[in-house]
Amino acid sequence: MLKFFRRNKGWQLTGLISPGALWILVFFNLPLLIMLFISFVERGRAGGIKIPPVYTIENYRLFFNSCASAFASPDCSPFLYLGIFGHSVRIGLVVTILCIIVGYPLAYFMAKQKQVWRDALMVLVMLPFWTNFLVRTYALKSVLATEGLLNSFLTNLHLIAQPLDLLFNEFAVVLGLIYGYLPFAILPMYTSIEKFDYSLMEAAADLGASPIKAFLRVMLPMTLPGVVAALVLVFVPVVGAFITPDIMGGGKVEMIGTLINRQFGVARNWPFGSAMSLILMMLVLIGVIFYFRSSTEETRRGL
Amino acid sequence: MAGKFAVEMQDVLKQFITPEGGILSAVDQVTMQIKDGEFFSLLGPSGCGKTTSLRMIAGFELPTAGSILIHGKEMSQVPAHLRPVNTVFQQYALFPHMTVEQNIGFGLEMKGVGKAERSKRVSEALEMVRLPGMEMRRAKQLSGGQQQRIALARALVNKPEVLLLDEPLGALDLKLRKEMQLELKTLQREVGITFIYVTHDQEEALTMSDRIAVMNKGKVLQIGLPEEIYERPADKFVADFIGETNFLDGVVKGQNGKVVEIELTGTGMIRVESSRTFTSGQQVSVAVRPEKLRLNSEIHDGNSINGRVEDVIYIGTDTQYGVRFAGGQKARVREQNLTQAQKIIAKSGEEVAVSFTRTSPRILTG
Repeated sequence: MLKFFRRNKGWQLTGLISPGALWILVFFNLPLLIMLFISFVERGRAGGIKIPPVYTIENYRLFFNSCASAFASPDCSPFLYLGIFGHSVRIGLVVTILCIIVGYPLAYFMAKQKQVWRDALMVLVMLPFWTNFLVRTYALKSVLATEGLLNSFLTNLHLIAQPLDLLFNEFAVVLGLIYGYLPFAILPMYTSIEKFDYSLMEAAADLGASPIKAFLRVMLPMTLPGVVAALVLVFVPVVGAFITPDIMGGGKVEMIGTLINRQFGVARNWPFGSAMSLILMMLVLIGVIFYFRSSTEETRRGL
Repeated sequence: MAGKFAVEMQDVLKQFITPEGGILSAVDQVTMQIKDGEFFSLLGPSGCGKTTSLRMIAGFELPTAGSILIHGKEMSQVPAHLRPVNTVFQQYALFPHMTVEQNIGFGLEMKGVGKAERSKRVSEALEMVRLPGMEMRRAKQLSGGQQQRIALARALVNKPEVLLLDEPLGALDLKLRKEMQLELKTLQREVGITFIYVTHDQEEALTMSDRIAVMNKGKVLQIGLPEEIYERPADKFVADFIGETNFLDGVVKGQNGKVVEIELTGTGMIRVESSRTFTSGQQVSVAVRPEKLRLNSEIHDGNSINGRVEDVIYIGTDTQYGVRFAGGQKARVREQNLTQAQKIIAKSGEEVAVSFTRTSPRILTG
């Protein structure tokens, strides 16, 4: 048996790959196929699907035209779900851009420190990962609440008369998402910036570039792979996020993630939830393709 | 051009805080004047302050004290991007994400030179460094020598008042380096721009420079023409750093006009001509180059010391003999191999006479 693998390079490789491949097949690809199947059948009465299955494309149609539902009121707006989808993408973009704007200088600062300090700062950035995400989000909620830390601090200082409405709005959701996903932006940008050769900035200055021009023309293009990685790593999970908008938005801020979550819960519409998940996946896929395109572009340039 | 000096450094001091919390004077009260159109070299071992001096002229470092004038204008606190100088970096520092054309055109673009004019001047610059038609290549696709030329073109295309070169040939192999030395020198004459050249290679400095400043431990030890630095080194460090030198210790016994009589420790009396005056009993070091010593040949009115050959090294153009004198002092003698027969004058272990003229040694004190 062993001799066979030793002699046969092809089988050797197959043998090494198969456990991982099997894992991915059973636990990633198979559920995806099940989801694909469910998205094309009619819903069951109490969740699940109708048995025997009745094939339909209604679930996808419903997404693009929310009035296609049997329960639609006469004055319904057909773009309800598309609107929520667009809203999620908008929140995703805002959070991603803010994460990059906040994260880049931080990553730069970290990369400029001595090795000991760099490691310490890296631990500080990673520290939140070691705490439960849900707990962290609730902690932030208690900071922003009407009777929370921030409001009582400000009222006690008499800086404000009335507590500010910081919670259960889009601001709170965006803040919560930035709080949760900032490390995903910092890490890849840090890696890029750390590799950057600062003598190129001196060369740019020497050739008459002001610090801002030197940054825009030399440092930013050369650290762009890190920025693109940050963009994808933040945007993808944020668009589909459902815990943060649920807790921080208090049900007032609807995102595609919360919508999907509801289909598998109270709404008991698995097929519609599956269809929306797949549509979201397509969007993410486009993002990832964009990422790989730009990263191979950089490799081709010999960076 | 205003003023006859391209760059003047006045009592320039640059101090750094060391990791241990001490203060290090990387450049210590340096004063020098670099003439317009000159090829000026800063020569010294690593850590002598030559690169820091260059970086202060470029504007990458600001001096702790003192002033730096470029064509008479005070520049010591002006940021790098506003100074009329350009630099060729040791590792070239070409922008890897840009083409050769974009690299060379970068400085012109920053000055706001239009696209058509820019591309004309870029191709002229490429002609000048003998790499025409390279516009669309990327820096990483070029060999070290080519990158070096592109770096040179990128700096020269801006027609700087002063060109700063920080060991630009350091990364090239020996043959290419020799070629580039001559090429740089020719180029400098052609363009007429003041070059300030940092190097630790004394041969390179002697080959290329109009004048050389020898630095050590942040201080300028001597500024002069290459032959001055070589023939009349100011002190033991300069004599030792530039070329090979034999140091023979001795005591001054007397002086008769220009002729100084020195008793070499354990060896005997020699006579050396010097324009300076020495006092009897003064401890001195007699520095004499290996190529100025002769083996077993009479020199009229010269000095002759007996010794024993310890080693013979054949190095192609020359043969080097290590000779130990009575009293233990040692000297290296370099004889040119002019003919086949001359190849070996003495074998190891043989008694020889080492002779030299009165004018070839230099008497150094301290």
